[in-house]
Formats: sequence, structure tokens, C-alpha cells
Amino acid sequence: MFTQIFFLYCAVMILGSALVAITRRNPVHAVLMLLLMFFHMAGLYISLQSEFLAAVQIIVYAGAILVLYLFVLFLVNIREEMKIDSLVDSAWLGRIISAGLALILVSIIPAFVLGEKGSWPVERIQELTHTKAIGLEMYTTYIFPFEIAGLILLVAVIGGLVLAKKDNTNQTLEG
Amino acid sequence: MIPLSWYMALAAILFAIGVCGFLTRRNIIIMFLSTELMLNAVNLNFVAMSHYLESMNGQVFTFFIITVAAAEAAIGLGIAVSLYRSSRHTVHVDEINELKG
Repeated sequence: MFTQIFFLYCAVMILGSALVAITRRNPVHAVLMLLLMFFHMAGLYISLQSEFLAAVQIIVYAGAILVLYLFVLFLVNIREEMKIDSLVDSAWLGRIISAGLALILVSIIPAFVLGEKGSWPVERIQELTHTKAIGLEMYTTYIFPFEIAGLILLVAVIGGLVLAKKDNTNQTLEG
Repeated sequence: MIPLSWYMALAAILFAIGVCGFLTRRNIIIMFLSTELMLNAVNLNFVAMSHYLESMNGQVFTFFIITVAAAEAAIGLGIAVSLYRSSRHTVHVDEINELKG
């Protein structure tokens, strides 16, 4: 009973803050609403017995990615943003498409059949602790994708530096 | 015990909200935020199914999705900053209509 109430609370907060985030005119409010959503998402992960992922969700999403968004928002002009219309001209088309998508996705859920069970029942995860279980899986079966993930992060670091650095070539050409 | 379909329905609706934000907003930064919404919906599906299938694969996949989301945010926001810098001073997708930078 308590888990159901907890799930419903998290679901309502996630959907509500997501809706508010995409409709607010001020981008800073949108980012803060997303922060609320990430915390409740972490709550749902805990209700699914995956506490390591809940911690990663809060540290990486709420701690790193959202701070990056806030920094970039402070670089662009928010005051001007508040004055003009925040939606594109064909906004109603986007709303119809997404409503149709939600309808289709929800309506095909009953057709989903759960497949064969794997080798990690909840008792085994609880015995090992979730962090150790996910580490065992990641550093044995998924060691190669793990290395590729490191490479992707390296590409992101270099790409972010190259894209965001001040462009001096035009000035030397003009001056 | 919460049925799996509740999680899947929540993830589907959250994904649709993300699509709605991506299609309707003008600000490119809010569009990236909507992408994060969609990625989170997929993550929730992965973790829920991994729990109900008693398998670890979905959760490892979620870990990689979070990595890729961080990389995507860094690159995408770098593009947004350089777009804003390049003389037009706008981050609105309907005003950025040429690729000359």
C-alpha cells in the first residue's frame, strides 16, 4: 500500500514538473523544475531496488548536467527571452503529434509480455548490495562498452572546449 | 507490489511530454532539456524492466545512457553558446535558418 502511494506521488510530481518545465517562459524556472523531476525519478529508482542508479541520477543529472544548463543560460540573454513568444508558430501541430504518440504508446502497453527471467533476483542483489552487483556486471560482461563510454566522455570534453572557445580567426582576418 | 505497466505508462507519458517540449519550444536550450526528459523516460523503462526481469542488463544500459546524456549536454550546450556568440545573439531555432554560423 505504501509503495503504491509513493509511486503515485512520484508519478504525479514527475509529470507535473515536466509539464511545468516545458511550458514556463523563463528557462531558469524550467531548469529548476527539471531538478525536482530528477529527484523524484531517483525516488522511483529506489522503489525499484536500484539505489546506486538513484545516487548516480542525483550526482550526474542534478549535480552536473543541470549546473551546465544553468551556466549556459546565464551566458545568453534571458531578459530578451521573457519578452517574446516562447513557442514556435506550429506549436499546435507539435502538441497533436505528442498527444497522439502518448495515446499510441499507452494503448500498446497491455500487449507487452515479460520475457525470460535473468540471473539477478532481488534477493541476490540485496545480499551482494546493488553497487557490487552492477559493478560485477559492468566490469565483466560490459567492460568493452565501458571503455567506449570513457572515450565518448573524452570526445565530449574536447568537443565542448573546441565549440565554446572564443573564435579569434574572424578578428584576425578583419583586423 | 506495483505492476510493471504503471512504470511503462509513466515512462510513455513522460516521453510524450518531452516530445511536446522539443516540438513546441523556440529556445534551443529548452529543446535540449526536453531531450533529457525523453532520455529519463527511457531510463525509467530500462530500470523498471530490469527489475521485473530480474536481470542487470537494463541497469547497466541506463548507466551508459546517463554517460551519453552528459556528453550530449556538453556538446549541445557548446553548440548553443557558439551559436549565440556568432553575431546574431539568439538561441531561437526559427531564427537560425542557415548553416553559415
